[in-house]
Amino acid sequence: MTGRLAELVRALGARIVDNWIWRLGFACRFLWFTLKESGPSFRRFHLTIREIYFTGVLSLIIILVSGLFVGMVLGLQGYDTLVRYGSSEALGVLVSLSLVRELGPVVAGLLFASRAGSAITAEIGLMKATEQLSAMEMMAVDPIARVVAPRFWAGVISMPLLAALFSAMGVFGGYLVGVRLIGVDEGSFWSQMQAAVDFREDVLNGVIKSLVFGIAVTWIAVYEGYDAPPTAEGVSGATTRTVVTSSLAILALDFVLTALMFRGH
Amino acid sequence: MATSNLVEVQNVTFGYDQREVLKNINLVVPRGKVVAIMGLSGCGKTTLLRLIGGALFPNQGEIRVADRVVNKLGHDALFELRRKMGMLFQFGALFTDMSSFDNVAFQMREHTNLPASIIRDLALMKLQAVGLRGAADLMPSELSGGMARRVALARSIALDPMLMMYDEPFTGLDPISLGVIGQLIRRLNDSLGATSIVVTHDVAEALELVDYVYYMSAGKVEFQGTPDQVRAAGLSSLRQFVYGEPDGPVPFHYPAPDYRQDLFAQ
Repeated sequence: MTGRLAELVRALGARIVDNWIWRLGFACRFLWFTLKESGPSFRRFHLTIREIYFTGVLSLIIILVSGLFVGMVLGLQGYDTLVRYGSSEALGVLVSLSLVRELGPVVAGLLFASRAGSAITAEIGLMKATEQLSAMEMMAVDPIARVVAPRFWAGVISMPLLAALFSAMGVFGGYLVGVRLIGVDEGSFWSQMQAAVDFREDVLNGVIKSLVFGIAVTWIAVYEGYDAPPTAEGVSGATTRTVVTSSLAILALDFVLTALMFRGH
Repeated sequence: MATSNLVEVQNVTFGYDQREVLKNINLVVPRGKVVAIMGLSGCGKTTLLRLIGGALFPNQGEIRVADRVVNKLGHDALFELRRKMGMLFQFGALFTDMSSFDNVAFQMREHTNLPASIIRDLALMKLQAVGLRGAADLMPSELSGGMARRVALARSIALDPMLMMYDEPFTGLDPISLGVIGQLIRRLNDSLGATSIVVTHDVAEALELVDYVYYMSAGKVEFQGTPDQVRAAGLSSLRQFVYGEPDGPVPFHYPAPDYRQDLFAQ
């Protein structure tokens, strides 16, 4: 019995070490090389601009539409709750704080992981499977500098902008439902929002969150693509792992960051 | 003083994990020659090519290219050497997000500070050399297999390399494309003053094209000689390979239990 238990613990340990610790180590080294080889991404900024188009601009539709709907739902739910306490004028505060501090970075991050993260992984994975990365190396061009780093920085730059647009669209959605549809006083909606939202504690913390999520998602996406086995199954598995790992990372990091930013007043 | 051999592979052994792929390989590629490395699929030909290109490192032995030991070069020195090498991959490996023109211009843009107008002229000249100047604006998805291979060839000679390496350049091509690629390999080698290594199992095409042949089997060089010597060779495994005989030293059947026993076992 003890022997079987020891065997089980050993197998579990081996699995954790092989699947997680080793991969985490490789991923950290990969990030280090990406940062080290980031020179061309800035010296030849058009490479990064091109990737910002693919990761950022092409994600705009899903981000803006989702932001609008999330804001409208917040407007309905928020009004329903606030009206019970006779403070429906605070709807603007509720909508904006929910979005700027929490929902904007988190939901935009999750959407970014699904839309852009998966695309980055699939593209790099397929480049590897079709020997495009090997060809680049044989041409004395480092794929980390030429392919990975511009995509990484494009993701890091795009994510806070997308989160900001998500929040702005959400506030607009809340306004449409709260003010235009339900009839909350427009002056109270905007002025209370203006008075209650603090730039440093709310907006800046939201930007920090979205920046951290951008780094995490893009790092996972480029690593999974570069590490993908060069087969159809390998690329599909890597794409799935990007979405799952990124989503979990966003939620876990959100808790950690919220705890660090929590002031308790 | 530079030796007359551009490539020298000395006592090279290489394996993936426990599996030994190359066993004590010795071969030389003289300057200006086109040399074929032939053998069955999985005999280690492509691995050898990757070792010469510095994409893999041998467990033992030494690989010299232009008097430099490839397997002892650092990252920067290796990349410096690779600028003088060209490699044609089995299926071209064209960058799918770039047009034919941009694929050919890629290395020039990465490694030189030439003005755009000069790069344009040079890239068009390379495409003209493979007969595809008219396809400069086409994307790789719009090219046939043979055309893609020719664009990849134009890309690999973009910086006029001293050493060209071809990994299975004839695989999956129709007879016309196959003949065109064969002719281009020879013509480009001679006109560029380069040296070429062609890894292939296409016997007929290779023997017409090359100056010297290394025949590999199970990770070893089993035979070497001129194309005429290969045709006349008495080595049974080489004869089977050259004349495409289905059975011989390389058996038709993968090792299996007795056929009758297998069928009537139950």
